[in-house]
Amino acid sequence: MAVAAAFRASDAEASPDYKPSMSASSSRLTFRQPSVIPGFGLTLGLTLTWLGLIVLLPLSALFIKTSELSLERFIAIVTATRTLHALQVSFGLAFGAALINMVFGAIVVWVLVRYDFPGKKIVDALIDIPFALPTAVAGIALTSLYAENGWVGSLLAPLGIQVSFTPLGILVALLFIGLPFVVRTVQPVLADLDQELEDAAASLGATRTQALVRVVLPSVWPALLTGFALAFARAVGEYGSVIFIAGNLPGVSEIAPLLIVIRLEEFRYADATAIATVMLVASFVLLLIINRLQRWAELRGSKHG
Amino acid sequence: MNALDQTPGHPVAHGASEGLPSALEQSHTHAAHRGRPVRTEPRGVRIILTVIALAFVGLFIGLPLVTVFYEAFKRGWQAYVAALVSPDALAAIQLTLIVAVISVVANLLFGLVAAWSIAKFEFPGKSLLITLIDLPFSVSPVVAGLIYVLLFGSQGLFAAYLQAWDIKIIFALPGIVLATIFVTFPFVARELIPLMQEQGTAEEEAAISLGASGLSTFFRVTLPNVKWALLYGVLLCNARAMGEFGAVSVVSGHVRGLTNTMPLHIEILYNEYQFVASFAVASLLALLALVTLIAKTILEHRLAEEDR
Repeated sequence: MAVAAAFRASDAEASPDYKPSMSASSSRLTFRQPSVIPGFGLTLGLTLTWLGLIVLLPLSALFIKTSELSLERFIAIVTATRTLHALQVSFGLAFGAALINMVFGAIVVWVLVRYDFPGKKIVDALIDIPFALPTAVAGIALTSLYAENGWVGSLLAPLGIQVSFTPLGILVALLFIGLPFVVRTVQPVLADLDQELEDAAASLGATRTQALVRVVLPSVWPALLTGFALAFARAVGEYGSVIFIAGNLPGVSEIAPLLIVIRLEEFRYADATAIATVMLVASFVLLLIINRLQRWAELRGSKHG
Repeated sequence: MNALDQTPGHPVAHGASEGLPSALEQSHTHAAHRGRPVRTEPRGVRIILTVIALAFVGLFIGLPLVTVFYEAFKRGWQAYVAALVSPDALAAIQLTLIVAVISVVANLLFGLVAAWSIAKFEFPGKSLLITLIDLPFSVSPVVAGLIYVLLFGSQGLFAAYLQAWDIKIIFALPGIVLATIFVTFPFVARELIPLMQEQGTAEEEAAISLGASGLSTFFRVTLPNVKWALLYGVLLCNARAMGEFGAVSVVSGHVRGLTNTMPLHIEILYNEYQFVASFAVASLLALLALVTLIAKTILEHRLAEEDR
């Protein structure tokens, strides 16, 4: 409520000189398609300015700082044993977690969309918890739960499985973080899928397995891959939930974002910057791949719809 | 085709269990020579899959959530309340609220402005602009914090100017706010843009051609159309702003009672083995997450009803 009030107040102040500037700027800009709706110049100008100040300028600071390093120095930092290990841990475990999430996420989606059981709505709502629960809270909760004296950890300890303070702990945190990305990407696609296609396949002699593999899977595959990529992208850069449970042993359970923080605390800005650049370029590439996948998924969806 | 015609009355509803036996019987009679049920998996498979799904969600999402409250109340109400009213905890709560209000208002205004320009007009480079707005989602929170240190820190690009004017951004409130705005940047905009694109411009054009000003068109036509989506975006933005850890941790400097937000306070308490106090503060944020999700469920219900 306070937010809405503040918004109205700030707008009332701005309103006197709002109109003239709007019409003046919209008549000057001609590269957009004509429209009677006002405010194009003003809103696009504000959007670009704010985007530039908050996102693009700070991100370019990273590249400016990196370009101050010589190429040899950059390569030396990035290929140092500890850095390579950290990158390996971050990317490797993120990949593993995204893969596990894709498989189990698919099962969760299948059960939520196709089956009925008591408490289904609650389970469905729970899926969103990782989106809303702060990562630090998730981190300490998972650590306690999977520690040797925790509810789950105490069951695993007799089997010789230690989760908290090992790479396995990192995997658990990344599973928590990534699951909703897979479920929420695939769920609407499966829900929209016409079950008559499966009936048709069955009536034409397909077994249930064949119908699932040849009819259902191709339809949800782009969404599954998108969910996988989203979960992977999120997991690669994850920090808060991981550092509590990881144990943070250099070379074993130290993730790349943590190494950036450590280098920063040691005032080794060049090291922090170089590692961050690798991470940022990786996330750019992932973003491009995700965009492609989403477009593919939309095409697939429209073909079937 | 024939086989399809012969099996009418298939339940179209997803996983309607009451409809299953009849569907199974019907398909058996028609596909008997193939010996396969048509619509779903055998009962045993269904039970196994359901158990796997429930176990996975329970193990990795349900139990952690329960753990937060269990650990917070382990030593009873008094210890819980004592942890929350300690001066450091109160300072952290206050700072978190201040940061969240500023970031949410900033992103609310930005989201509305960006959505107006993107959804109501056609111009080249639009999809690139949308991608750039989404960019902060895929940047590691630690990198998000680092870029502001590189700009405003003691070795940063603007260090000389900031020193000359005696302005402190890193290890102070402005840095925390900037980092939080960065990580929550897309939340409101990405809720509004698709909805406003879908709604098109016909209603606004009608209002304008009837003589309404741009502002009154916005407040009387556009805003009522997107109010639930806007509220939804604000809720998610707020949850993330209050809970942001990585980015804020890099720029805050961890000064107790001054630059510690709630998530940072949780970390410090946890590292000092004050588990009950740590989980007590954590339970507040977990409660916020639960309230956010309940509100989200209600809002989605409202949105679906308005669609009808």
